[in-house]
Amino acid sequence: MLDLSPAEWTAILLSLRVAIIATLVATPFGIALAWLLARRDFWGKSVLDALVHLPLVLPPVVTGYLLLLTFGRRGLVGGFLADTLGIVFAFRWTGAALACGLMSFPLLVRPMRLSIEAIDRRLEQAAETLGATPWKVFFTVTLPLALPGVLAGMVLGFAKAIGEFGATITFVSNIPGETQTISSAIYSLIQTPDGDAAAGRLVIVSIVLALGALIAAEWFARRATARLHGN
Amino acid sequence: MLRVDIEKQLGEFSLTASFASEGRVIGLFGASGAGKTSLVNMIAGLLRPDRGTIVIDGETVDDSVAGIHVPTWRRRIGYVFQDARLFPHLNVAQNLDYGRRMNRLAPDPAQHKRVIELLDIGALQGRRPGKLSGGERQRVALGRALLSRPRLLLLDEPLGALDEGRKMEILPYLVRLRDEANVPMVYVSHDAAELRQLATQIVMLKQGRVTSFGGVKVLT
Repeated sequence: MLDLSPAEWTAILLSLRVAIIATLVATPFGIALAWLLARRDFWGKSVLDALVHLPLVLPPVVTGYLLLLTFGRRGLVGGFLADTLGIVFAFRWTGAALACGLMSFPLLVRPMRLSIEAIDRRLEQAAETLGATPWKVFFTVTLPLALPGVLAGMVLGFAKAIGEFGATITFVSNIPGETQTISSAIYSLIQTPDGDAAAGRLVIVSIVLALGALIAAEWFARRATARLHGN
Repeated sequence: MLRVDIEKQLGEFSLTASFASEGRVIGLFGASGAGKTSLVNMIAGLLRPDRGTIVIDGETVDDSVAGIHVPTWRRRIGYVFQDARLFPHLNVAQNLDYGRRMNRLAPDPAQHKRVIELLDIGALQGRRPGKLSGGERQRVALGRALLSRPRLLLLDEPLGALDEGRKMEILPYLVRLRDEANVPMVYVSHDAAELRQLATQIVMLKQGRVTSFGGVKVLT
């Protein structure tokens, strides 16, 4: 039904790759941060919380520009990583993944945090009385009970990452085959004469992906509730 | 078996308790708000006393002067809560096996069989906690605590959440537990009748103080 051209496929597959890598790399950090925000009280917690949410409210072009300054070839971190580990972010798909990961991070962390907060801490106490160390409590009680929330966060983060535009185009530009995701491809197409049909096809792909992710996230959230009630 | 000599300030409430017991079942008796649960949580290591010592089976698990506070997971205690607290994501069999796995104990099929028969929970094995009645849940919680092979079993109003009929259903199991399982217990209750049936010694708490200590006779 949708007759996609090779260039459109390239953009879709690149978007998928960028979003999958961004989500997988962000997930362990997201879980750790969600646990920290849900379970611990420490100095500077509200600052950390605000920092995590910053990409949600900051103009994406600002986030992209800050990424360019930090992770660009001559940036403080970017220069160091390029010289020592050979990892380059600027104008590469890896940079797109970094931008998408950062922009989607608040959405990824939130359901994880909520699901950890919803777990009855008395269950964790019960595990301790049965001989479980804090790490074992985390992996045998906390994480399994939070799993639907963790998956919901991953799905939501993925959906956000696949649609990210502002920070990505600012940081890594719009290079077909390297950094041109669905969003930047649509942006290019609607600026070219006769690009409407191709843009329309990519728009449909975007809507399908976003809707699918939202439905999946909702389903996981419902599973989480059922799990907490032991059914 | 159990020696407690502690002080703890909890907001406006201050708790001071001192007793030593070799009894098989120490009944901790008092009205709600007397400090019974706080005291049991300290024996379990979930709360840390401000001052004093707790000795379980000869091992000092708390000593504020020496700076000793053995964490809960190394105390080898079993704790049965009023609200069972079974793990909702595990079925009954997995709940029962949890303590053995966490303590890396070798399977002991004979003990497993004995506990399951004692509590009559064999038919529940494959079920999730959400599909159990209150009484069944409490029996599984008892089994789960016993199968972690504790040296002391703490029971905090294990019948408190059950109606009268259910209580009568569980009580015989507790009596059998006392007579057959050979694990010393601390049994918390505000119900004198319950303690008369189960306890061998009584610690009476009132507003954070031990008011009497002795045989079951002190309940009258």
